[in-house]
Amino acid sequence: MTVFAAVLKRDLSLAIRQSADTFTVLAFFAIATVLFPLGIGPETNTLARIASGVLWVSALLAALLSLDRIFAVDFEDGTLDQLVLCGEPLVFVVLAKTAAHWLTTGLPLIILSPVLAVTLHLPAQGYGALLLALFLGTPTVSLIGAVGAALVLGSRRGGVLLSFLVLPLYVPILIFGTLSVEAAIIGVSTKATLALLGALALFAVTLAPWAAAAALRQAAE
Amino acid sequence: MHRFANPTTFMRIANAVFPWAAGLAVVLFLAGLPIALVTSPPDYQQGDTVRLFYIHVPSAWISLLVYGSMAVSSAAFLIWRHPMANVSARAIAPMGATFTGLALITGMLWGQPMWGTFWVWDARLTSFLLLFFLYLGYIALADAFEDPERGDKAAAILAVVGSVNLPIIHFSVEWWNTLHQPSIVKMGGFTVDGSILLPLFLMLGAFTCYTVAVWVLRLRAELLAVKLRNARMSEVSLSRMPAE
Repeated sequence: MTVFAAVLKRDLSLAIRQSADTFTVLAFFAIATVLFPLGIGPETNTLARIASGVLWVSALLAALLSLDRIFAVDFEDGTLDQLVLCGEPLVFVVLAKTAAHWLTTGLPLIILSPVLAVTLHLPAQGYGALLLALFLGTPTVSLIGAVGAALVLGSRRGGVLLSFLVLPLYVPILIFGTLSVEAAIIGVSTKATLALLGALALFAVTLAPWAAAAALRQAAE
Repeated sequence: MHRFANPTTFMRIANAVFPWAAGLAVVLFLAGLPIALVTSPPDYQQGDTVRLFYIHVPSAWISLLVYGSMAVSSAAFLIWRHPMANVSARAIAPMGATFTGLALITGMLWGQPMWGTFWVWDARLTSFLLLFFLYLGYIALADAFEDPERGDKAAAILAVVGSVNLPIIHFSVEWWNTLHQPSIVKMGGFTVDGSILLPLFLMLGAFTCYTVAVWVLRLRAELLAVKLRNARMSEVSLSRMPAE
C-alpha cells in the first residue's frame, strides 16, 4: 500500500503544480456545455429537457481529453519503466494514478456541474441526483479511461484511437447517469439507476486496474 | 493445445478443414438461397420482408460467434502466449466487423417497413452498434503501432475487455422490454413456424461454413505477411552489414 500512497502523492503534487491542466479540462466542460443552448436555441423547456444528457456528454468528453495525462508523460520520460521494474504490484500503481486522475478531473467536474446545470435550466429536483450520479459514475470513467490510455501508449494517432476505444465502453455510464437525473425530475425513485451506476463502479474497480496493468506491462517492454 | 503453437501443425489441420468448409458452404448456399429468397412461403404478417431475416439472423449469429472466438483466442494469447491464437484473432476480426455491419444494415432495411423507422435506440440495436465500434477499435488498435507485436498485445487486451458487451447483447431483448423481438431459438423449442426454420438453418450453416473457409484463407495471408516482413527485415539487416 505504500506504493499506492507514494504514487498518489506524487501525481497529486504534480497536478497541483501544473494546475493549468485541470483548468483546461474544466474550461472545455464549460465551453462544450454552453455550445448546446447556442446551437439548439434558448427555450427554457427544451433546455431543461436535454440538460442532464448535455451535462453527461460534455463531462465524458472533457474527461476523455484528460485521459492521456494518466500515463503518457510518465511513459515518455521513462518513469513508467521504473514503476514497472520496481517490483511493487503494478495494480496499485494503476489504482493510485486513476485515483489521482479522478481527484484532479472527476471531482472538479462534479463541483462545476451544478453551475452549468443552472445555465441549462435543469429543474430543481434534478440537482441531487445529478451530483450523486456524477459522484458514482466519474470513478468508472477514470478507471475505464485508464485501460484505454494504457493501451494506446506509444501508438500512432493515439488521441483519436483512445476516443474510439473508450467511448463505446462509456455508454452504460451515460445511459444510467442521465436516467437517474430524469427519474429524479419526474419524481420517480432513483435508487435502481444509482445502484446500477454503483455496480458499474465496483465492477470497474475490481477488473479495470488489472487490464490497465497488463497493458502497461506490454507498453513498457 | 501447445502442439498447435507450431504454425505448420496448425495450418495442416486448418488446410484439411478448408475444402470441407468451402464445399459445404457452396452446397448450403445453393440449397438455402433459393428456398430462403424464392420458394419459402411469405410470412402472414411480414409478407416478403421476412426474407431479409434469413440474411439478418445468420449475420448477427456470425458477428457474435466471431467476437467470442476473438475474445477466447486473445485470452489464450495473453495467458499462454499462444502465438497462433493471436494470428487467428487478427485474421477473423475484419469478418466480424463486416457481418456486424451486414446485420445492422439488413436490420435497418427490415425496420423501415415493419417498425416504420430505420433506427430505434433500443437496447439490442444500441449494443450491436457498440459491437461494431469495438470491432473497428480492435482493428485500428492492432494496426496502430510501429512494432506489430505491441499492436497484437494491446488489441488482445481490448478484445478481452470488450467481451463484457457480449452477454449484454445476448440478454438485452430479455432484460429490457424492447422493440426488437426476443430470440427465436429458445431452450426446448422454437417460437417460429417450421416453414421458416428450414431456410434459416440452411443459411446459418452456410454462413458458418463460409466464415470458417474465409478464416483459413485469411490465416494463410496473415502468416505469409509475417514471413514477408521477416524476410524484408533480414534483407535490410544483411545489406547494411558490410557498410558498418
